[in-house]
Amino acid sequence: MRIDWNAVMLTCRLALVATAALIVIGLPLAHWLATTRRGARALVEALVALPLVLPPTVLGLYLLLLLGPRSPIGRGYALLRGHGLAFSFEGLVVASVLYSLPFTVQPFTAALRSVDPALIEASWCLGVSRWATFWRLMVPLAWPGLLAGVVLTFAHTLGEFGVVLMVGGNVPGETRTVSIAIYDAVQSLDYASAAWTSLGLVLISFIVLSLMYVLQQRVRVVSQWATRS
Amino acid sequence: MGNALVADFTRRFRRGPEVRVDGLALDHRRGPITVLFGASGSGKTTVLRCVAGLDQPDEGHIRFGGEVWCDVPSGVHLAPQRRQVGLVPQDDALFPHLSVAANVAYGASGLASSEREQQTAAIMAWLGLEGLEQRLPREISGGERQRVALARAVARRPRLLLLDEPLSSLDGPIRQRLRGDLRSLLQELGLPALIVTHDRGEASALGDELVVVDRGRVLQQGPVEDVFARPMGLEAARAVGVETLVLGRVIDEADGLVTVAVGAARVVALAPSGAPARDVTVSIRAENVILVRADGITASARNLLPATVRALTPEGATTTVTLDCGFALKALVTRQACEELALREGEQLLAMVKAPHVHLIAQIDAWEC
Repeated sequence: MRIDWNAVMLTCRLALVATAALIVIGLPLAHWLATTRRGARALVEALVALPLVLPPTVLGLYLLLLLGPRSPIGRGYALLRGHGLAFSFEGLVVASVLYSLPFTVQPFTAALRSVDPALIEASWCLGVSRWATFWRLMVPLAWPGLLAGVVLTFAHTLGEFGVVLMVGGNVPGETRTVSIAIYDAVQSLDYASAAWTSLGLVLISFIVLSLMYVLQQRVRVVSQWATRS
Repeated sequence: MGNALVADFTRRFRRGPEVRVDGLALDHRRGPITVLFGASGSGKTTVLRCVAGLDQPDEGHIRFGGEVWCDVPSGVHLAPQRRQVGLVPQDDALFPHLSVAANVAYGASGLASSEREQQTAAIMAWLGLEGLEQRLPREISGGERQRVALARAVARRPRLLLLDEPLSSLDGPIRQRLRGDLRSLLQELGLPALIVTHDRGEASALGDELVVVDRGRVLQQGPVEDVFARPMGLEAARAVGVETLVLGRVIDEADGLVTVAVGAARVVALAPSGAPARDVTVSIRAENVILVRADGITASARNLLPATVRALTPEGATTTVTLDCGFALKALVTRQACEELALREGEQLLAMVKAPHVHLIAQIDAWEC
């Protein structure tokens, strides 16, 4: 009976890197979705939401084909880095980013949409560019929702299984995440290890979510207090 | 050209009305403060948004001074950031997460920080906002918020001020007081300003020029009192809220006066310049009607009409009295006067109107009710 600490550390690292990448990708995407009036918005929103409804195996299969040694992406990456994307940590990051995209973009979009357009227009008329208006006005006002998106993304990446298994396989120290370790332990009838590692995941997830709600409650109290007129 | 705003455009809405502005010209020399006046839904806010660059016309152009702000045929649409207008939006739209001082300094980020602080302090002092610097918008009163919104717009050194219903979020007494304040502040600034309002008192108190907007069209433009006293057409008269509008027929003209038959009554008005029309709409503002009790009096007013009180509608400090004097006539009197005269429904008295207060509108357009 033992907790696979290696897997725990790897999972946390994966969740952190994927969350950071998703913030960078998700903010501009959510801003576009929140402000555009183009018809293409519906299609992009549907595309972003796809991972919510597709079985992880479907997404994993496509990713495997896309990142594998036979695809141009896989081959190009192998030329640069000396090893392929599939069954590597980097491959897991790409998979996690795609799989968790809706968990970032949907709360981000809702948060940015909740900012009163009259405030945004007032900012533009004061000569402040769209870019600066985003950082000086929209981000501070949408803060609770953005925080929720970040935490949900992190927590969701912590616990994903199917896509990771499809794309990453089970390479200790490289792609063996907590959920894979648990599955592995159960397969080899090591229920004690599985139970302990599961408990660890439950605790980490619970702590992260609690932190978010506590923080959000505070921020919300402050911002409600600030916006009430 | 100076600071003249010239607008000639059409904005269409899908499944909605269109807003057409033809030949709107704001010239600083005719008075810096122009009021866009009309009922809600008349399209005046759309006009303001197009001028600010927040909305794009579907046709036409907008120019300011020598600059083209918008020209649909050549695809020019200057972003709101580059028009250098100071917008005071409806409901002030102060940034809730920033202090009052940060709100005022928000648009002046191009300046060095010491200069920005100096300018912010100067503007706040000018508007009487000292001591509120570190407060959040929700911690100050409605009147103060309104002044912060003005300070914020002025701090970016605009060339044109745009105010959308600037006092609509305020209650009666503060609103009355701020009207006068706002006019003198705008005069001190000496900037051309375009103010949107649906309130007649506000339009008179604030504006030099009045532009009447109704159902997406500009009906009349001219000096405020002129437009209110002498609307050019029936639609304009309705839009500016003339209380009594009745059809009449000119039956006599002598000594610069015309006599008009209205229903069973005769009304005397100044002869209009130009060829007199036979069919006219008689337009009388309720505030220009005086009610008199005594019989057999002699007065300078040309119209002394025996009238019966039909209805009394009190509104705040005033009461609108609906009279029957051969046609339906409305009079606006103070509540005090109403009590002194002991007005009751069905009572007989005299309605007095001076000839210059009877405005005749030539009946060209079809009468539609």
